[in-house]
Amino acid sequence: MISLSGSSASSIVVQDVSVTYKTTLERRPTLRNAITRMGRREKVVREIEAVKNVSFDVPSGTVLGIVGANGAGKSTLVRTIAGILPPTQGRIDVFGRVSTLLALGVGFNRSLTGRDNVRLGGLAAGLEPDKLDEKYDEIVEFAELGDFMDMPMRTYSSGMYGRLAFSVAVNMDPDILLIDEAMSVGDARFRRKSANRMRELCNEAHTIVLVSHALGSILELCDQAIWMDHGVLRMWDEPEAVVDAYTQFLEVGQDAVTLEDV
Amino acid sequence: MIEHHANVTTAAQPHHRENDFAEVHHVYEPHLVGLPPLGQYLREAWRRRSFAVELSRTKLRAQNFNTAFGQLWLVLNPLLLAAVYFILIDIVRGGGRDEDFFAHLMAGIFAYYFVSGAVRNGTKSVVGGGRLILNTAFPRVLLPVSAVIIAFKRFVPTVVVYVPAHVALGLPGGPEQLWVIPLVGLLVVLATGLAMIVAALQVYFRDLKNLMPYLLRAWLYTSPVLYYADEMPQRYRFLLDINPLGQLLAAWSGVINQAQAPTGHQLLVAAAWAFGFLLVGFIYFVSRERDFAVRL
Repeated sequence: MISLSGSSASSIVVQDVSVTYKTTLERRPTLRNAITRMGRREKVVREIEAVKNVSFDVPSGTVLGIVGANGAGKSTLVRTIAGILPPTQGRIDVFGRVSTLLALGVGFNRSLTGRDNVRLGGLAAGLEPDKLDEKYDEIVEFAELGDFMDMPMRTYSSGMYGRLAFSVAVNMDPDILLIDEAMSVGDARFRRKSANRMRELCNEAHTIVLVSHALGSILELCDQAIWMDHGVLRMWDEPEAVVDAYTQFLEVGQDAVTLEDV
Repeated sequence: MIEHHANVTTAAQPHHRENDFAEVHHVYEPHLVGLPPLGQYLREAWRRRSFAVELSRTKLRAQNFNTAFGQLWLVLNPLLLAAVYFILIDIVRGGGRDEDFFAHLMAGIFAYYFVSGAVRNGTKSVVGGGRLILNTAFPRVLLPVSAVIIAFKRFVPTVVVYVPAHVALGLPGGPEQLWVIPLVGLLVVLATGLAMIVAALQVYFRDLKNLMPYLLRAWLYTSPVLYYADEMPQRYRFLLDINPLGQLLAAWSGVINQAQAPTGHQLLVAAAWAFGFLLVGFIYFVSRERDFAVRL
């Protein structure tokens, strides 16, 4: 039993939130296709109800894990909390500065250098330029990228991408950190380092929302967990109870693979 | 299970720090008729203006804007274009063009290339924002704005080239030429509105980029750049009013080349098009903005 009867302030309050969006089925939407299609009344837009009437809140300093199958709406939920995809119904209150570490990583322009990408990402996220310069060295040091920071990001390996993304997210000194399955990055040494940093962050007063298929990390790091299933909040409880129910539901059992710390 | 009390206390803000991510309390609610609260949106965009500036600087650096040769090419390219068009038109007209026309051509081409450059950059701005749009919450309008800044920074050196040509050709000067400042303002306003429209459209129609050169070429030919506005035959005069650049470039040529103040009609039509496009472009862009995160 977890009781949230107003004893501590909440960092994130999600009230009856639904998120639907339209997406195109075309591989590459073009004007030409749109015109040739006009006579045929073919439907190429699909509406996706990714999150349906979800309510929960995350008390300040809590680490919340989110589990669920692929396509259950976990990523959409996290992106809605991050303000990237506004909800179609309901309301979300977020108290604090948010940093995101989402599945797609950092760096939007591969022809620009790592330095430029980090600077531009920080500025877009609303960091003041002088504050950013301050943080920049910490980010580079943690990512251990050295000279690569001044090379175009297309020269990076995928591990280097991941290291930089992780480093940016955790070094922005956020009040709230949103992480979407982006923890298994880099080589064994960097993984250990990032796992340690995660533990540090979890133990500090940070509020963290962690989406992961690695049930081991959910059990280890989280104070609470929710289970999303087809856009619906299926369960919200202690991590042990949620992971138990979830693995039972999947009929996979808790073995080395599902618990693997990724 | 968890008892969820609706009256969650969220009153005291424990982590308030000054001069950081500005709005520490974020509320995300459905957008009314597809639009976010515009006041807040504009405040956030203004607060992050350094992003748009920095993005334009970074992209220009990637285009070798900072090198001596890069700068030289920037000036040489429209100059060569003006020369080629001058020869073309002089031949077509049977050799009746004087040097004054070259000055008109230069000024017109420089202004036209600023607007078309902004539109061209704008087309790519949102689609090229890829992961930044997927991963970060920020006013997307900064992307087309940055495209306009790039075009403007490329425009400024060409203006500097015009001045010695103007003096060498012995064209008139005078205080009326100060009208160039509001006219540049209108060019910027028009370019920004158009850049927002094409930036959003490109998300839905990825072949717009391929169509753009044809549209822009047609636009150049229907604008008073390769000819004087008052040379236009009566039956084509309406083009000046229905072309968003028509009266603006007519006024531009008069002010810059001949030091003539623009007419009230020119200013009115030019301002109506420019601000109309800015308003329509901004509203359209912002209303589609939510879609970008799921359509890229």
